[in-house]
Amino acid sequence: MKSARRTPRPLALATATLLGLPLFISACGATPAASSSENVTEISVMDYYNNEPDKSFIGDALSSCGAKAGVTIKRETVPGKSLISKVLQQSSSKTLPDVLMLDNPDLQQIAATGALAPLSDFKVSTEDFAEGVLSAGTYKDKVYGLAPTVNTIALFYNKDILAKAGVTPPTTWDELTAAAAKLTAGDQYGLAFNANPTYEGTWQFLPVMWSNGGDEKNIDTAETAQALELWTGLVKDGSVSSSALNWTQADVKDQFLAGKAAMMVNGPWQIPALDKQPSLHYDVVKIPVREAGQTAVAPLGGEVWTVPQTGNKASQAKAAEIVACLNSDEQQMSMAKARNTIPSKTTLADKFAAENPKLATFTELIKTARARTGELGEKWPAQATKIYTAIQTALTGKASPADALKQAQGQ
Amino acid sequence: MSLTTDASRTAPRAGKSRTASATSPAGGSEKPPPRRGTRARRERIFQWLFLVPAVAYMALFFGYPVVKNLVMSFQDYTTATFFTGEAPWVGLANYAAVLSSSLFSTSLLNTALFTLGSILGQFGIGLALAVFFQRKFPLNGILRSLLLLPWLLPLIVSSAVWRWILDKDSGALNRFLGDLGIIHTGVPWLTSTSLALIAVVGVNIWIGIPFNLTILYGGLQEIPDELYEAGSLDGATGWTAFRHITWPMLRPVVSVVLVLGVVYTLKVLDIILGLTNGGPANSTQTIATQSYDLSFHEFKFGEGAALGNALVVISLVFAVLYLRASRRAVDE
Repeated sequence: MKSARRTPRPLALATATLLGLPLFISACGATPAASSSENVTEISVMDYYNNEPDKSFIGDALSSCGAKAGVTIKRETVPGKSLISKVLQQSSSKTLPDVLMLDNPDLQQIAATGALAPLSDFKVSTEDFAEGVLSAGTYKDKVYGLAPTVNTIALFYNKDILAKAGVTPPTTWDELTAAAAKLTAGDQYGLAFNANPTYEGTWQFLPVMWSNGGDEKNIDTAETAQALELWTGLVKDGSVSSSALNWTQADVKDQFLAGKAAMMVNGPWQIPALDKQPSLHYDVVKIPVREAGQTAVAPLGGEVWTVPQTGNKASQAKAAEIVACLNSDEQQMSMAKARNTIPSKTTLADKFAAENPKLATFTELIKTARARTGELGEKWPAQATKIYTAIQTALTGKASPADALKQAQGQ
Repeated sequence: MSLTTDASRTAPRAGKSRTASATSPAGGSEKPPPRRGTRARRERIFQWLFLVPAVAYMALFFGYPVVKNLVMSFQDYTTATFFTGEAPWVGLANYAAVLSSSLFSTSLLNTALFTLGSILGQFGIGLALAVFFQRKFPLNGILRSLLLLPWLLPLIVSSAVWRWILDKDSGALNRFLGDLGIIHTGVPWLTSTSLALIAVVGVNIWIGIPFNLTILYGGLQEIPDELYEAGSLDGATGWTAFRHITWPMLRPVVSVVLVLGVVYTLKVLDIILGLTNGGPANSTQTIATQSYDLSFHEFKFGEGAALGNALVVISLVFAVLYLRASRRAVDE
């Protein structure tokens, strides 16, 4: 009898728990944001360097900056792909970290939501930074994020293969086409790049598009069409495998490593992997331009550090100190060297290039590198989609380069 | 959505026995005190209490997302919405943008071809294997469990491996076909607009076979041996036995497998993203991948939600078919 009456109780309890659980969880999640504005002893940081060795390099830089500012660093690393969804989640639950790292093309998107604080509020110096770096970090005339080190892409070539074929590294498109054709033999392709239907494919196309005077605002132009003709020509000739349509930059590196591509378009982050294979001798030059005399314009890559609007002025100020410290000359030099990236202050370029000859070409390119979001800001993702759509349409032969660009622009 | 219907349906017995064992002790212990007329009311309360967990669960984890998605599809929902909470009402603009885009017809056609191709292949091969494993032969059990492997592998892993196998230049498949002398140049499985969808369907068939095999094999086990014995006395063996005994007896299971398969296949996302990212030139773009792209790459959450709802409606049609089919199965 007693047991009969008691049965509903655990059930009701379970029901109440089930119903209340989400509320409880969300309440828990919200608390850290509303901490006191007294002495700041801990700064939370979120970034996407979740793989070694970058994880430790960044971790070391953060802890040394934390020590300087007199705070401990509570760091969270998330996989690159889930960073943005995590940031959006946290911005709606008001649990953003004190210091947030963002991939530079995402900065304006997030700044536009109002979730970030302008760095000028905390008097963080933005002097000496390369123009492209500042334009990537700027939203509506205010700087929201700074990148200590940046990167870009260039043309890697296999010295042995080129020497054997008697080919010198190309500097113009004609030379590139001729060299790639000559270097294609058996199951070795002259060149490898990636033209996959993601932003990565767009990113690899930008150097030829920009260097030739093409612009992302309107891709239905003769200049951009010429650039796309170069890409389609190389695939049609068989100098580039049509697998480029599905390759990632990591796949491109693997092809180059395996000796299946004599040249490749890639970035300095591949250098550690290339250096692991001592039999491979390679060098890096700028991506060729259509005509001698044109300036090579490279796209700017890299991550910026920001201070989210957490509502706690004291920790925001501390967070800004950390961001400023990460961007100090000393940190820029050591981080760039360790991570095979380029310091973002132009004043450091010459010294850095002299000390790291392997990165000299990249260092030179950064001076004139252009940010993807420089012109379009938060509208960049939509236009980047159009660019890779056009590349794919042209490379699969569904339309001529000019028509493919026209169709994509009109969408 | 499909998952719960599936779980509750594929194991109807387990569900029934659990509720039965849960109610019987309570009902049994309630009999001794026949106190006035409150009993009926209390029983009614108990009935409701037993429903509460299920209803709460459904409301929280299914009702809320579905309603939220529906509301979102009528809003200009952007990244800023997450921070400010402001999402202006835009009426049917998202639906208009998505349905009038030139990509929609491509995606719709690809979704239909992908689903049809996958189901035909999965079901055909699954049924053939299920019938095959009906026989008694050595290693039967081991082979059958090995066939479950594709089901056990994370989809990301399978698609990465298949991407490598299907590579044009150094993929294992092309090497194999080349060594056999069937092909002389690499077949661009994943980078040709005419082959990519076929390749993706092929991989999805490979992944779907275990599901079809398992359910159909279970269905076959239910068919009494006497029927075959009686049939064979009348001369019905081999194909005739399959045509006149196996197939009619298996019909209820078949309709369940087919409808569930369709609902599963419609929403396939990871395999396509892992293999081709919807390329080349959108030739493997389905409604699911396009919706994902809109929401999480272009940050047009409203349009992504609108397209997602289109997919929900299509799935819903098949879910209703499934419910009717399974009801008929119970009636029979």
